[in-house]
Amino acid sequence: MRSSSAFWPALALTAPLVLFLAFAYALPFLGVALWSVTLPEPGLGQYERLVGDPLVQSVFLRTFRICLIVTVIAVACAYAVTYVWVRGSRLQRRLIEICIFVPFWISLLTRAFGWLALLSTRGIVNASLQALGLTDGPLALVRNEPSVIAGMVHVLIPFAVLPLASAMRTVDERMLLAARGMGASRLRIFWSVFLPLTLPGVIGATLIVFVFSLGFFVTPAILGGGRSIMVAELVYLRMFQSPDWGLGAAISVALVVIVAALMGLLARFARLGLTGGGR
Amino acid sequence: MSKRAVGLQVIGIGKSFGHFTALKDITLDIAPGEFLTLLGPSGSGKTTFLMVLAGFQAASEGRLLSDGVDITRSRAEDRSFGMVFQGYALFPHKSVAQNIAFPLQVRGVAREDIARRVDAIIARVGLVGHENKRPAQLSGGQQQRVALARALVFEPPVLLLDEPFSALDKHLRGRMQEEVARLHGEFGTTFVFVTHDQSEALSLSSRIAIFNHGRLLQVGAPRDIYERPSSRFVAEFLGEINLLPVEAIGHCARGTSGLFEEVRLTAPRHENLNGSAVLAVRPEHMSVSAEPPAEGNGVPARLAGTTYLGSAMRLAFATSSGTPLTVTLPSEAAGRILDRGPDFWVTWSFDNGFLLPEQS
Ligand SMILES: Nc1ncnc2c1ncn2[C@@H]1O[C@H](COP(=O)(O)OP(=O)(O)OP(=O)(O)O)[C@@H](O)[C@H]1O
Ligand SMILES: [Mg+2]
Repeated sequence: MRSSSAFWPALALTAPLVLFLAFAYALPFLGVALWSVTLPEPGLGQYERLVGDPLVQSVFLRTFRICLIVTVIAVACAYAVTYVWVRGSRLQRRLIEICIFVPFWISLLTRAFGWLALLSTRGIVNASLQALGLTDGPLALVRNEPSVIAGMVHVLIPFAVLPLASAMRTVDERMLLAARGMGASRLRIFWSVFLPLTLPGVIGATLIVFVFSLGFFVTPAILGGGRSIMVAELVYLRMFQSPDWGLGAAISVALVVIVAALMGLLARFARLGLTGGGR
Repeated sequence: MSKRAVGLQVIGIGKSFGHFTALKDITLDIAPGEFLTLLGPSGSGKTTFLMVLAGFQAASEGRLLSDGVDITRSRAEDRSFGMVFQGYALFPHKSVAQNIAFPLQVRGVAREDIARRVDAIIARVGLVGHENKRPAQLSGGQQQRVALARALVFEPPVLLLDEPFSALDKHLRGRMQEEVARLHGEFGTTFVFVTHDQSEALSLSSRIAIFNHGRLLQVGAPRDIYERPSSRFVAEFLGEINLLPVEAIGHCARGTSGLFEEVRLTAPRHENLNGSAVLAVRPEHMSVSAEPPAEGNGVPARLAGTTYLGSAMRLAFATSSGTPLTVTLPSEAAGRILDRGPDFWVTWSFDNGFLLPEQS
């Protein structure tokens, strides 16, 4: 229930943020949307290209494929990590906190270069493998999809941990005890009680990670090395390298529309989780 | 109905959480098929004791036998005692029928058997027509029935119930108490039941175990515990009671007597008392008259107030030294004597009082 007396002070307090977002994001985006229907000439030509151009299509497809894989891996890893974080011993919890939240303070760029240092031809992994005599020459561990996926998963796990943790914290311990008391094995309790009870968190984490992953630019650009271009990088290329602003703008608009649709879905699940799923 | 009801032997069970002792040296025999109620104030260790019985928490010391077999170290899933948790702990994502079927599925019971047994118990607890609802769509009493059905459907040797009625209103509580008593009779399973509510304990149980500060103070049939408590704590916990400090304890042919405000009061014999003690009398065992009693105990007291309770009336008195006395009388009996002035004799028979050590 929103009481009307609290509405105006609330608005006054949030107004600076709203104004900032309007000027920093909404207005420029309107400009970009305008480009998409005016450059190089007025009309929906760029959107026709978007649908027709095999290059654009393949980049979109690749983006979705990579993001899907990244989402599945990141959410699965995050589920395990969160489980230990929420239900583990004190020491385990501290360790997880350090491993998850310290990387939050390190920039994306630094982390991407970290992976590069690890995986490049003269990187740590290849050097160790060769030193151990396990491989003759360097393996191509970077500038490919798997390295992009690894880098993205690394960045995205913490974002999945938070919704999962809030779902796991609401699980009533007595529910699990009850299942044990009825003779259920640990595996059984996990599959038929714990996982279903935390499903709203899994759905939330999945959508958040997928939406975030769609806009990834730095990580794929560095670890993909221009070979597995994703949508954000394609926008960049159209805008700054082959001046094709109209198409770049149309791709951006399409991406925003997709993300907005997914966010709408997320909001709906969040509401469902609040009213339908709980006790 | 039940395949087997087992008896439990609790031998010197203790439980500590760090430096805190939640249970200390509990020794208790729970007979097969009995209805034992654990009664005690908040934090006295009732839930902890139930958790130790169920195997959810390991005892720090002592042993637990089930029909003579040591199960102290066996896991909760192997003991498989039925348990009804406070707040029920129903699975919110499963329907009523799925909740009840769960323990059978876990045991690998055949699909047709599951359907048959679930249907049967749903009928027994009066949930027909609600099979496909989720717990959130049920009333408190219906959720309570689901919890009972889920705990009984696999015919556990022991059923543990932790304050199962605390969330229900008074009327529903009464109905569910009857229902639990009926289910206990039909299933013949050993019930161990936890409650805060002494009247619930007195009306339901075959025996009551009184807990305080992690210790077992007294075990016995409701009537014994109510009428012959072994300590002041138990006496006071089981309902209203008058406590009269008496001195100069002496033993005579009638029993044991002591001096209260220069009146000698007598109670059934209590051997190991001397010096001073406390004489305890339940309010409903006392009566009021204008003259000193010819037979039995009597104490002069002045009426200080009355409370109308419907069928009964509660009369508050104070003796000359200010010791409060409470007497409950049937309303019409009270009405007959009240207008005779403020000074009365509060009387009771020798058998209705009992002596307790002063410190307990
Ligand atoms: N896991 C635990 N760790 C530490 N102390 C605990 C734990 N479980 C229970 N205790 C303590 O043990 C004591 C007994 O708790 P218990 O829950 O058994 O009480 P209870 O008799 O069931 O009380 P209530 O009637 O309020 O449910 C309490 O003081 C409680 O704080
Ligand atoms: Mg309790």
